[in-house]
Amino acid sequence: MADPRVNIIDKRLKNIRRIIAVSSGKGGVGKSMVATTLALSLVKRGCKVGLFDLDFTSPSTHIILGAEGVQPCEEKGLIPPVVHGLEYMSLVYYSGNHAAPLRGADTSNALIELLAVTLWSDLDYLVIDMPPGIGDAVLDLIRFVKRIEFLVVTTSSQLAFETVKKLGGLLQELGVPVLGVVENMKMTESTNLQQQTEALGLKFLAGIPYDPKVEAAIGDAENLLKTEVARKVKAIAQTV
Amino acid sequence: MHEWALAEAVIATATKIAEQEGLKQVTEVTVKIGEMQDVERGIFRFALTQLKPENFRNTKFLLTKSKASFKCRICGNTWLFKKTKLDKETAEAIHFVPEVAHTYIKCPKCGSPDFEILEGRGVWLESIKGAK
Repeated sequence: MADPRVNIIDKRLKNIRRIIAVSSGKGGVGKSMVATTLALSLVKRGCKVGLFDLDFTSPSTHIILGAEGVQPCEEKGLIPPVVHGLEYMSLVYYSGNHAAPLRGADTSNALIELLAVTLWSDLDYLVIDMPPGIGDAVLDLIRFVKRIEFLVVTTSSQLAFETVKKLGGLLQELGVPVLGVVENMKMTESTNLQQQTEALGLKFLAGIPYDPKVEAAIGDAENLLKTEVARKVKAIAQTV
Repeated sequence: MHEWALAEAVIATATKIAEQEGLKQVTEVTVKIGEMQDVERGIFRFALTQLKPENFRNTKFLLTKSKASFKCRICGNTWLFKKTKLDKETAEAIHFVPEVAHTYIKCPKCGSPDFEILEGRGVWLESIKGAK
């Protein structure tokens, strides 16, 4: 007759001031890195922040954070553990280091389950690391999280940006707020993508240069925050 | 204890349906509990009784069990979920998010993780009765 979980999601999220989905049309653009660095930067700014990894089939924020040996606490729901000042939730607590081969309906079910049973505290920001593309997770968040705002990540490649056009266009058509577009792993000073972004009526938030030091900072949040990527993302954190 | 969160969802949904159907008093709520989620019925029932609003004062909560079964999308084999074959950690992971079954369970015939959960996934509000 009815799936009870969908009617409790609003209550679970009601004490969160802003919910930002860090999204992309294509994979491999550094979305998880931007999402994690953004969440950590907001913590450094003194905000209360949650990070929710919704990339169920290819989660990576736990690796970026170096989150090991932590589990949600079970108390009238699941209370996310605090990692580097972030309330951190991910399917990896339950799937471990194994593959989670989920079809669309399974992805939706897992997403609804975690939205329904996770007890976030009063947060200023919940940053969501999305799976790439315009699939179930995007559609479910638009359906269940009425206050969702999107931040779109791309690389300088026209191939990646073509998918930004589609994602941005869909969000604009549906009236879903788009905070802006981040051009990640920039190799040149070109402003081509900035101009294309603005021509779409979207805000260009930042160009983040390719920074080889980032790879060495994976798993080390403090070092990550010292990178050029973090410097640029901190500037974004000041504007959102 | 995450049973409490699920019970809260059931009460929220039953309340919404009662409002939509104009029920002043809710007399019976039937909840189907999927075997995979392995909800602890005592805690779940206690949470339902603690969370119920005023118009659920005399509500009888019926908890039915739904056996879990799977169908392999590759070879078509169907089989039943056997919690007893899982270690404690795996059973607990499936309890929290039943979809992680695809991580730990494979088709016993062909070994594929690509199967459909036919029945017995989680908590479902089956019916609600009351007086207008």
